[in-house]
Amino acid sequence: MTVLSLRGATKRFGGLVAVNNVDFDVQENQVVGLIGPNGSGKSTTLNLISGALKPTSGTISLHGSAISGLRPEKITRKGISRTFQLVRLLPSMSVEENVIAGAVFGHRRRWGHEAHAEAQRLLDRVGLGGKGQLQIGQLTYIDTKRIELARALASDPKLLLLDEWLAGLNPTELRTGIELIHSLRDEGRTIILVEHVMDAIRSLCDACVVMSSGSKIAEGTPAQVLSDPEVIRAYLGDDDA
Amino acid sequence: MTSLEIRNLALAAIALAVAACLPLYGSDYLKSMGITVAMFTVLATSWALFSGPTHYISLATAAFFGVGTYTTGLGFETLPFWSLIAIAGVLGAVLAALVGLATLRLSGVYFVIFTLGLAELVRQVITWTQNMSGQKGLYVLTDLTEDQLYLMLVGLAALVYLTGWLIGRSRLGFALRIIGDDETVAAHSGINTATAKVLLFMVSGSVAAMTGAILAPRYVYIEPALAFAPILSFQVVIMALLGGVHRLWGPIVGVIPFTLIWETISVSFPSQVTLFLGIAFLVIVYFIPNGFVGLIEKARDWARKREGFA
Repeated sequence: MTVLSLRGATKRFGGLVAVNNVDFDVQENQVVGLIGPNGSGKSTTLNLISGALKPTSGTISLHGSAISGLRPEKITRKGISRTFQLVRLLPSMSVEENVIAGAVFGHRRRWGHEAHAEAQRLLDRVGLGGKGQLQIGQLTYIDTKRIELARALASDPKLLLLDEWLAGLNPTELRTGIELIHSLRDEGRTIILVEHVMDAIRSLCDACVVMSSGSKIAEGTPAQVLSDPEVIRAYLGDDDA
Repeated sequence: MTSLEIRNLALAAIALAVAACLPLYGSDYLKSMGITVAMFTVLATSWALFSGPTHYISLATAAFFGVGTYTTGLGFETLPFWSLIAIAGVLGAVLAALVGLATLRLSGVYFVIFTLGLAELVRQVITWTQNMSGQKGLYVLTDLTEDQLYLMLVGLAALVYLTGWLIGRSRLGFALRIIGDDETVAAHSGINTATAKVLLFMVSGSVAAMTGAILAPRYVYIEPALAFAPILSFQVVIMALLGGVHRLWGPIVGVIPFTLIWETISVSFPSQVTLFLGIAFLVIVYFIPNGFVGLIEKARDWARKREGFA
């Protein structure tokens, strides 16, 4: 079953076309990697899906109903949650409250004891069990990423968007991070991840969409797209293709 | 309810009871100070309900307050006083909703300037209307005593604290804290940020208008320059910040000392009050950004830590 589909999604900033006529589908329980060189429009595409930016043209639909152009809170309530490329946490709140923030107003709503219990469950789930009462400033980098992930999961989304969730982790943390996303995949979550870490893409993704200069240049399994001459050219230049 | 909440509720009830009995034991000076303190407590606390969590600094208090005084000024001869307070509350809420819808999508300094301009705009409109009709001001002659006005303000204060406490426990209160921390995260967590902000701004505007309506008889004669005096907006902001806006009981901690000093200065050195206002603002910004409440909490944490090491 198709969860998300993009048809002709386009975003222009003045004369710059950041996302140019992009089509792709995401099936239920699928993990889709959105990859490409820096500045190829991956994050912009993710922002179009989450509602942070409105597409200039084209349609994006969730389970067949159009969501393109809706405000981000509407899209969240319909079941799309995200993390941010640069971690965004709520500095005045405890770790637990940061997670509860995702549970109260989103796709699935909980409040009071129910929200509290869900936050505890998710903190355990992402490996932050027992750290709920800490303040944000006391955490390591990977822990801040874990909170964001727990917050995004707290509304039980139909589709999870991870924007370079693995970026900036050291090798040990990276292994832990990949395992964590793997366990989400095993749960049957539908995920789009924008990622640069090739190991992660190979081991996590069912399908990949490759972008370059705002356009989709390839689509397929990780093995297929990573051996595609055009993809290699986009990453490494003409000489290596 | 936790035992801490019950204790706080009991303390609040005792404080209110003591305040409500002031007319029985207070001297004339105390009673007159009581009205001013009650007025600023209501204004600063309701201001902080909105501006505390969201960090949107509103300078519109004078606009709402003035609308309230004029509601009483125009209606006291035909309608019962209590209904004027209610009407003022509704008008304040409507005005806040209009302003909110127009400006709360703006952020930071644009919002501040707009709210300051709003008080001026309403004042000019009323001045213009009065000039057209040949009036200068309005006499508000009622047989309400100072004690009665004071008790109404204490009642309103109780209502504001109750509302603030309920909001603090509600989803709306939680949503506003998230908005104050990061509006992008708020929107991506499913919060309709515009609605949440407008709702709280309406509460704040409505309370300021009701305060104006209650106080109109005290002025006896009202005119636009008095009812919409912009200095009121600044006083409210500074008192709230001085006390601390991240706790419901914060503003009153600023209101009491500020009002006492203000009254003393305006009696002895009437032309230096603006200077005092400016200095108070600088002191807050440089030395006590979280207000007296912030200092109190810091001292408490420090004492606890010492105990831990001992």
